[in-house]
Amino acid sequence: MNVSEAFEILFTASFWVAAIRIASPLIFATMGELICERAGVLNLGIEGIMVAGAFSGWFTVYMGGDLWTGVFVAALTGAMFGLLHGFLTVPLGLSQHVTGIGITLLAASLTYFTYRILLPEVSSPPKIEPFQPFAVPLLSDIPVIGPALFNQTPLTYLAYFTVAAVAFIFYRTPVGVAVRAVGENPAAVEAQGISVTAVRIGAVMAGSALMAVGGAFLTMSAFNSFFFEMINGRGWIAIALVVFGSWRPGKALIGAILFAAFDAYQVRLQQITGGVIPYQIFLMMPFVLSIVALVVVARRATYPKALMVPYQKGER
Amino acid sequence: MRLEPRPSSSGAAKILWPAGAILATVVFSSVLVMIAGASPFTVFWLVIKGAAGSQFALLETLTRATPLIFTGLAVAVAFRAKLWNIGAEAQLYLGAVMTVVIGTGAVTLPSAGLIPLIMIAAMLTGALTLLGPAILKTKFGVDEVVTTLLLNFIVLLFVSMLLEGPLKDPMGMGWPQSKRVIADAQLPRLIKGKRLHFGFILAIASAIVVWVIMKKTTLGYEMRAVGHNAEAARFAGIPVNRVIAKTALLSGGLAALAGFSEVAGLKGNLTLDLSPGYGYTGIVVAMLAMLNPLGVIAAAIFVAGIFVGADAMSRSANVPSYIAEVMVATSLLTMVAAIMLMRYRVRWR
Repeated sequence: MNVSEAFEILFTASFWVAAIRIASPLIFATMGELICERAGVLNLGIEGIMVAGAFSGWFTVYMGGDLWTGVFVAALTGAMFGLLHGFLTVPLGLSQHVTGIGITLLAASLTYFTYRILLPEVSSPPKIEPFQPFAVPLLSDIPVIGPALFNQTPLTYLAYFTVAAVAFIFYRTPVGVAVRAVGENPAAVEAQGISVTAVRIGAVMAGSALMAVGGAFLTMSAFNSFFFEMINGRGWIAIALVVFGSWRPGKALIGAILFAAFDAYQVRLQQITGGVIPYQIFLMMPFVLSIVALVVVARRATYPKALMVPYQKGER
Repeated sequence: MRLEPRPSSSGAAKILWPAGAILATVVFSSVLVMIAGASPFTVFWLVIKGAAGSQFALLETLTRATPLIFTGLAVAVAFRAKLWNIGAEAQLYLGAVMTVVIGTGAVTLPSAGLIPLIMIAAMLTGALTLLGPAILKTKFGVDEVVTTLLLNFIVLLFVSMLLEGPLKDPMGMGWPQSKRVIADAQLPRLIKGKRLHFGFILAIASAIVVWVIMKKTTLGYEMRAVGHNAEAARFAGIPVNRVIAKTALLSGGLAALAGFSEVAGLKGNLTLDLSPGYGYTGIVVAMLAMLNPLGVIAAAIFVAGIFVGADAMSRSANVPSYIAEVMVATSLLTMVAAIMLMRYRVRWR
């Protein structure tokens, strides 16, 4: 292996194009989890919700639906699981850990069950015509970062927009203030005459919708069919990215892109090292990196104060 | 709506709510079965028959329950102390790795010495696997949910690497599988010619031991105190971090026994499909048992029955066996809700 060769990868456009493509589903999922957690609800349903979103979006298109209809159906599917998670953890106050794992198991198994019923005969997964890259005029002509950022599929642009929208809503609108406040000091929100339950459930539904769109990115933009196990821990990585990003949309975005760049890099490194190092080592690196990142940031992490604390009206 | 604690749960509530949870699960899965185009009555009858309708079915259910008792105990112990061990899958696999490392001929002892040696080594491996996340939690404040989840992926890749490298069976026709453990390292079958093995007895014994630890020892008391309120426990002079570390060792060791018993008792070697998610299903088992170690036995047999019964059912009726996973997940959610409603009353305004 040649060190300069390993270094040069970093300056190729194709590497950054791949990095942004890998980052896109993580951006959706991370923003989704971030919204839930800022409202005080940990959502471990993320992994299963992404599976459900990946399938429902893809299947809508497979049945002849429009691509954007597919995205909408995926979001709706996610929101429904979010409603279930919200109902169980907010008014009923059930353990967010246990409920979240339950949602993941339910969403994934329901998806696999539905897949087997709807497509009983298929041996290889059928394909759809996915979103195609769209070069933004002028911007995509900038060397290296132009194609990386602005010659992507529309869903990636939606991911950028989502980060901006989440940041804007969080810090510039009353809705955002309410969401952040129920995650910090729910009693104060209730004192303002706003229902903590409604805000939290709404946030979990919106967040879960984004997670599902993250899943749908995989079947409708990155690939063109649905496989079992295709989410492969991306949901859990999104949870790590939320912590890494200190529950801030901008920092979480940077975390997602750094992570994806690393992931894209290990694939290329794997190619140029030519099998000297077992490929599993490379595949492990993203997960190891996530744990290392958590250890690095954990000391100064400032959790939303009411994260995982159920709220009962009239209780202090 | 808001929740008010019930002064005391009445006997009727203790039966009616869990019964309601099971009913809700059955109704929901019936709808799915009908969507699949089959009759729920036929399907449930086939599931029950497949799980307990014959000696073969019953033994198969108990065989499948064995790893679930171990992982259920692992989760029950950890969750009692609010140590969120979602990584039983990883601990199971590393326990299995240790079993084949020692058991495939590296150590030769009579089986009365070899089996306990392997068991202890496997438990230590699993225990240390969870000790890492527990220390990250207590020393650095890193959430153990995320670290244990991520470790599941890391460990599975690590096992895959071992099975294609140092642990690969040279006679395995290129398949990523380990050599078989030697005869002295194998757990005996309970009935000649049947699959049920001594691991089941070990699992029952483990449940009793864990029950004694939880109910009768200082450690058990401290674990419950830490789980109930860590701050209060610390104030009362309980060394919280050490209790969490001990909980992790116990929990990880129990999960590793699942891997040990599957390899030494049932499969004979290690492959990448040793566990179809026993670590995750252990969470369901523990919750259905309300974290009671003895309840874990019953819950594991119940869950195993659903899986074994659904497998048999899907061969004759045209309903995908994934219905089992759906039923297990649904029963988890309905049961935790039912337990809450058993203890609290819903007041609408």
